[in-house]
Amino acid sequence: MSNREIIRIENLVKTYHMGDVDVHALNGVNLAIEEGSYVAIMGASGSGKSTLLNMLGCLDRASSGHYYLGGRDVSTMDDDQLSAYRGQKLGFVFQSYNLIQQLTVIENIFVPLFYQGLDLADRYDHCKQLAELVGLGDRLDHRPKQLSGGQQQRVAIARSLVNDPLLILADEPTGNLDSKTGVEILELFDRLHSEGKTLVLVTHGNEVADRAQREIVMKDGVVYREETKRAPVKVAKEFEIG
Amino acid sequence: MRLKTLIRIIQLGVKSLLLHKMRSGLTMLGIIFGVCSVIAMLAIGEGASYEAQEAIKKLGSSNIILRSVSPPQEKSAGAAARDYINDYGLTYLDANSIRDTIPGVKWVLPMRIIREEVRYNTIMYPVQVIGTHPLYPEISSLDIVAGRFLAFTDERNRNNVCVLTTSLAENLFPYENPLQQAVRMGRDSFKVVGLVRETGLEKQRPQTGDSRGDAIDANVYVPLSTAKSRFGETIVSRSAGSYQAEKVQLHQITIQFDSTDAVEVAVPQIKDLLKHNHSKPDYEVIVPIELLRQAEQTKRIFNIVLGSIAAISLIVGGIGIMNIMLATVTERTREIGIRRALGAKKQDIITQFLVETVVLSVGGGLIGVVAGVVIPVMVSHFADMKTIITPLSVIIAFGISGAVGVVFGIYPASQAADLDPIEALRHE
Repeated sequence: MSNREIIRIENLVKTYHMGDVDVHALNGVNLAIEEGSYVAIMGASGSGKSTLLNMLGCLDRASSGHYYLGGRDVSTMDDDQLSAYRGQKLGFVFQSYNLIQQLTVIENIFVPLFYQGLDLADRYDHCKQLAELVGLGDRLDHRPKQLSGGQQQRVAIARSLVNDPLLILADEPTGNLDSKTGVEILELFDRLHSEGKTLVLVTHGNEVADRAQREIVMKDGVVYREETKRAPVKVAKEFEIG
Repeated sequence: MRLKTLIRIIQLGVKSLLLHKMRSGLTMLGIIFGVCSVIAMLAIGEGASYEAQEAIKKLGSSNIILRSVSPPQEKSAGAAARDYINDYGLTYLDANSIRDTIPGVKWVLPMRIIREEVRYNTIMYPVQVIGTHPLYPEISSLDIVAGRFLAFTDERNRNNVCVLTTSLAENLFPYENPLQQAVRMGRDSFKVVGLVRETGLEKQRPQTGDSRGDAIDANVYVPLSTAKSRFGETIVSRSAGSYQAEKVQLHQITIQFDSTDAVEVAVPQIKDLLKHNHSKPDYEVIVPIELLRQAEQTKRIFNIVLGSIAAISLIVGGIGIMNIMLATVTERTREIGIRRALGAKKQDIITQFLVETVVLSVGGGLIGVVAGVVIPVMVSHFADMKTIITPLSVIIAFGISGAVGVVFGIYPASQAADLDPIEALRHE
């Protein structure tokens, strides 16, 4: 039995208007990603991979085409619905960690739940477990500035898991780290994947892409090449569709 | 929005503001000064106008007071002026015709005020002798401390009796009970029948120095008829070879009416009557109720001026806050992007920044209220000025500071919310 589709993209087009010139960042992308996948999106700069990631992350809306995330058509949602959907269904890991400086580790992990109207006191144990999962159980009250880059990225990964998302989107997660720390982070991703999480990574490093179960190469705003190396893993928890 | 969430957002706002303590403090200064100055200035103004109004009320709101005023001197300097008698002022005729012709008059109280010296044994004080009617305590604010005030029989019989102010009596009779003692004024002796304490206007209480140089109230009240027959109507003062005389029948007439409404009707009538009786302007008409109204008018103007100054200072404070918040939004663009990516709606961002602005302005308002309450208390204590802090001024000043936070916070907050999440995330 094959896994269910978590993402389906149909003929997605994104056009930027730069003065008089129209730039087609995405030029009709078709893509489907199943749950339990570990996808690496690759491509040269200007290939449209960042734009695709923004689309996948519900941060931007397409000029035309459809994007179904967890069975719902995201391309018809308004700004508030998109915000809520991001908060509930997606986990983000950025190149530059993007932690909030005035918050502690545990508060940073909690942020996505805060915008779902939850209280830290009620979810403290959950957040603490995630901090322990990424090896920062003893740093709960530290601020980002007191942590190394690798530790900050671990906090960001814990944060991306806190809302139990459909998938985790990572944008060059090792780009700001030295190779040793980068490998540690990638091993953490491997572990998350083996535990049944769905991951989508944007990268241009081959060592990152090699770990992925599936590789997608973008060029000129379309999917240029793709390769599935292994079957998706069995998911830990089935998402609800709709 | 749930209360718990709001508390969390406020905590978050305080935390963000505490990240830049110096900046937040300086930003609050504008509001602190605005709120503080509103409350302090209003308290001082309120106190001053309260004192003025109390003074006017003591004159009696249903009274009209007529006073003799020495008209501009017509005499030329020189020998001819030596035997000149300055004859002016209110007359018994004035008092009688007012009592008989003006409607609504309750009492007419004529007064003569003569400078004299009072003696008992070897002790002597310069005093004001007030010749007046037994009705005087009804109209003036006067407490009878011991004995009695002047009686109608004293007036009718021109008795040589007098009533002393307590402070004068204490100095004249350090070891004895003053009642029934005889004091000398001029060539006559007067029996002390009562002691009173003046509680009225400061300037109506002529003062003299006591043995230690402290000021005391020194009034001696005698029946008007006695004053007229014993002291006469011409008051002579000699100095350095020159000779001056004043002839005044009555120094003051206090007219009390049944109601304040009757005062308004009577004012023009009395003015006409006096104009008819007097060929020169040797009197003045004091209408306490009109003074009171003027004082209220002045206070209103004062409040408008104060309100404008306060409004301007609070607006300036608000602009200061807005300026800093705009800078903060730019500085925290990245944070806004992160929050948006993690599920914050535009409204959440607006709330977050609006709360920070309101925390700044309300925090400043609170400190301003405290300073604004402390300053009038210190002014009262050190400058001996009466100050009244009205709860309304505190509420208004505090309320406005909160409103300033909301009004000047909306623009930066909406700027923050309108940032494109992708751009914001990319911001360095």
